[in-house]
Amino acid sequence: MITPLFQQHQALNAKIVPYAGWDMPGYYTSPVSEALAVRTGCGVFDVSHMGEFRVTGTGSAAFLQFVATNDISTLKPGAALYSLLLNERGGVVDDVIVYCFANDDFLIVVNAGCASKDWQWLNQMAQDFPSVSIADESNETALIAVQGRTAVDSVDALCSQNVCQTPRFCFQSARMTGVEIMLSRTGYTGNDGFEIFCSPKDSSLIWNTLIDTGATPCGLVSRDILRTEAAYPLYGHELLDDISPKESGTAWAVKPRAKNFVGRDAFGHVDKHCQKLVGLKVLEKAIPRQDCDILCNEDIGDKIGIVTSGTLSPMLNVGIALARINFEHSVPGTLVNMDIRGRRVPVEVASLPFYRNGV
Amino acid sequence: MPDLSKYRFAKSHEWVLIEGGTATIGITDHAQEELGDVALVLLPDVGRLLQTDEKFGEIESIKAVSDLYTPVGGAVCAVNERLNSSPELVNDDPVNEGWMIKVDLNGASLPEGLMDSAEYELFLQGS
Repeated sequence: MITPLFQQHQALNAKIVPYAGWDMPGYYTSPVSEALAVRTGCGVFDVSHMGEFRVTGTGSAAFLQFVATNDISTLKPGAALYSLLLNERGGVVDDVIVYCFANDDFLIVVNAGCASKDWQWLNQMAQDFPSVSIADESNETALIAVQGRTAVDSVDALCSQNVCQTPRFCFQSARMTGVEIMLSRTGYTGNDGFEIFCSPKDSSLIWNTLIDTGATPCGLVSRDILRTEAAYPLYGHELLDDISPKESGTAWAVKPRAKNFVGRDAFGHVDKHCQKLVGLKVLEKAIPRQDCDILCNEDIGDKIGIVTSGTLSPMLNVGIALARINFEHSVPGTLVNMDIRGRRVPVEVASLPFYRNGV
Repeated sequence: MPDLSKYRFAKSHEWVLIEGGTATIGITDHAQEELGDVALVLLPDVGRLLQTDEKFGEIESIKAVSDLYTPVGGAVCAVNERLNSSPELVNDDPVNEGWMIKVDLNGASLPEGLMDSAEYELFLQGS
């Protein structure tokens, strides 16, 4: 599958990589320079591969309150909320953002790699909510993320109204370069910015205008570097269908005291001394990769954890990782070892995030 | 860009330059392009004896790890220490300042099957 911006990526000579069934830009020039463009200026990402499901009907709020872990009842029209979808075993089906247009009209944005699974799951769960209907709007929606130190000003300059005052996790309709869009103050990079929902036919105009006014086109590799530095979880890495939110640093988005929801009992039964998601800084020159073993600091080296995401941090200039590690080794400052392709490398547990600015 | 006519190329995208009895080895411009930003180069100790086509190190970018193979056998007589602190030299100047190891050929001749620059270009177009 390709997004409506595929021809623009080809025109920019992008290195195209397969991702969740999509042909996506991996990078245009270099992942590091694209990551640094976001940290110092403004980057623009095509994330149109993500899924968008519209949930409407009088039971919508009750339905979402039941399938999502966060407290949807706090959502007012124009606001959005990060949430997880859990299975009955308390594992994660996906992480999503729920946008509220009205108390009977919501949009759920889901991971590209989980979209078909989520679609089945949500429709299965909705069978007990006859007044709810779910529509897949993914093909009618292009999504462009504009992120970085100067991203808010860059977007504001192209909009017909002032959008700088939009609070985080709020959204509004806007006109950008003469085109109707939905503008959301959200992102996945650790810098401030917007995500622009628009019609596929308008996406090239918006994309090209952003680049013409100075935004750097950024691919999925830099997006992964940035979200790892910012310690945002990714499905298939930190989030898995047999891993509890308590083991992936996402329990803050689960509200068992506020309401009942799918997976609530299983969530409650997970011991608080379970494995924890931590940051790791590599103390030698090496780059951690997903599935590298974490070993304890003694000579015997029993396995005490596993790397869920790893990269070289352009901001810190050291290898960094997100890792699931036994509770007793999870305190920042703890020294442990990592097995990087047979090399035993010293690493230090670090507090998360490694980097965020203004979000 | 140095004169590539003296260079020979392996299908695994290393280059070798023979000067006197010494072979200098690195990776090609195509290889660095495919890897992207090189972050780490692991090289052998000086003195290690390498067989032809033996793995001599690893090169790692943000995206991937690759093994490095020597197109010629011999004793390692020098390694490019600058790559420890400046691995980006492999991206910036792969066939010159981004060299990796020097091997003492000890009288051995170049193995069969290495390509000259024109043959390597054709090989890249076909791959």
